[in-house]
Amino acid sequence: MNTVDTLWVIVSAALVLFMTPGLALFYGGMVRSKNVLAVMMNNFAAMGVVTVLWIVVGATLAFGHDVGGGLIGDLSLSGLSHLGRSLPGFSAGGASPMAVLTFQLMFAIITAALISGGTTDRIKFPSFVVLISLWLFCVYIPLAHWVFSPEGWLATHGVLDFAGGTVVEINSGFSTLAIVLVLGRRRGWPGEAMVPHSVPLSLLGVGILWFGWFGFNAGSSLAMNSVAVSAFIATQAAAAAGLVGWLVFERITESYPTTLGAASGAVAGMVAITPCAGFVSPVAALIIGGLAGVVCALAVRLKFKLKYDDSLDVLGVHGVGGVLGMVMLGLFASRSINPAGRDGLMNGGGLHLIGSELMAVGVTIAMAFGVTFVLAKLVDMTMGLRVGPEEEFNGLDLSQHAESAYS
Amino acid sequence: MKLIVAVIKPFKVDDVKAVLKERGIDGMTLTEAQGFGRQRGHTEVYRGAEYEVDFVPKIRIEVLTDDDRADEIVTAIVESAQTGTIGDGKVWVQHVESVIRVRTGERGTDAL
Repeated sequence: MNTVDTLWVIVSAALVLFMTPGLALFYGGMVRSKNVLAVMMNNFAAMGVVTVLWIVVGATLAFGHDVGGGLIGDLSLSGLSHLGRSLPGFSAGGASPMAVLTFQLMFAIITAALISGGTTDRIKFPSFVVLISLWLFCVYIPLAHWVFSPEGWLATHGVLDFAGGTVVEINSGFSTLAIVLVLGRRRGWPGEAMVPHSVPLSLLGVGILWFGWFGFNAGSSLAMNSVAVSAFIATQAAAAAGLVGWLVFERITESYPTTLGAASGAVAGMVAITPCAGFVSPVAALIIGGLAGVVCALAVRLKFKLKYDDSLDVLGVHGVGGVLGMVMLGLFASRSINPAGRDGLMNGGGLHLIGSELMAVGVTIAMAFGVTFVLAKLVDMTMGLRVGPEEEFNGLDLSQHAESAYS
Repeated sequence: MKLIVAVIKPFKVDDVKAVLKERGIDGMTLTEAQGFGRQRGHTEVYRGAEYEVDFVPKIRIEVLTDDDRADEIVTAIVESAQTGTIGDGKVWVQHVESVIRVRTGERGTDAL
């Protein structure tokens, strides 16, 4: 075990955990004042439930010895025991296996929490908890094994995904789309104005997300080395360019640059750089982030055309930003930044990498949307996914939790 | 006795209050209100989605007065609250049947 690498990974784990309360603030500010606690509670519930499930049996299914075909891990590491000197497929002498599994836990938490941005204002709390628990085992953990475990079938097919463009971003976006299609729109949407009740809360939330994202991306090197530093600066570059990109787009198309646009642009930039960080140069990161700011600003308009109520744009920002990031990685990946990676189209690697990345995108979308749709239907038929009309009108803070955010 | 009700722009409250104090009125009541008239509301933009906000914030002022001072007070309010742009508000006057001061039980104009 390398002590410096281990130190970096546990510090990064703490940074990534902090993203989830940040996300809670980001989402909480964007909903109406009667639903703030409910959406924040969904985030906090993910911190509780996912941790319990992960320690008991989730971690081993994702990172245990492959049972065959790169599909799922075995149960040999249940309870985070029998970890040995390195995780299956990882080389020995790096960060401690326990640190890596703890770091990976934080990814599972925030991916589950992200879903609440689409389902907010109308999902029953117990149903949300049951749904994300089922989803953790049926969608998240298989994808994490396929991509993040070196023994997973996408990883062995040469797919590059540094910090979870597929497992976290595309997965959360398309899983959310599947659930909101089963759940239905908020009553009154899109005709009725559903205005963010506190944009300052959202801005603070994005600040925390930005801070935590350094752990998310740079920590994903799982070692304190030059790749970690590359990922760190790429994260900053993409966030900044995304912020600028979204604002420029707003200034041109709507004449008002908005604070929520600036915050959303930074998030979009960081989403797109998530698979790329650690494989691309700082200049490539600027291009990827800037493009994400514009593309995601366009993508969040789609729901009004297609009439699906992805309330806080999980698909528009995370789904679309994730796909964009994977495609961009096929262009800009460079072995001079990360010798363990591959070269993209712009660096003489031809179309091979972009092919791998597109396959991973397709597989992730199919898995996330298809399986999550079935799970949402299942929960809807048994427990009911949605609160009653009066509970929805009065707000979920009161109807689900018997509390008011502002009394 | 009359009840004068004025719905005005919030940023004009201090001007109106100053003028009414100058004229020596005995009291006023102020409420934060929302509504729309010809001004209508305004538009807010969140992530590219435009929302029409129908109700504009206003201040509602109520002043109780003698019949013979009503005109003077109405004029003072109108002059001090006026900006000349749409949304300046309205003032109206109602007849008041009786007024009672809670502390002493005095009635009528003695209670003003």
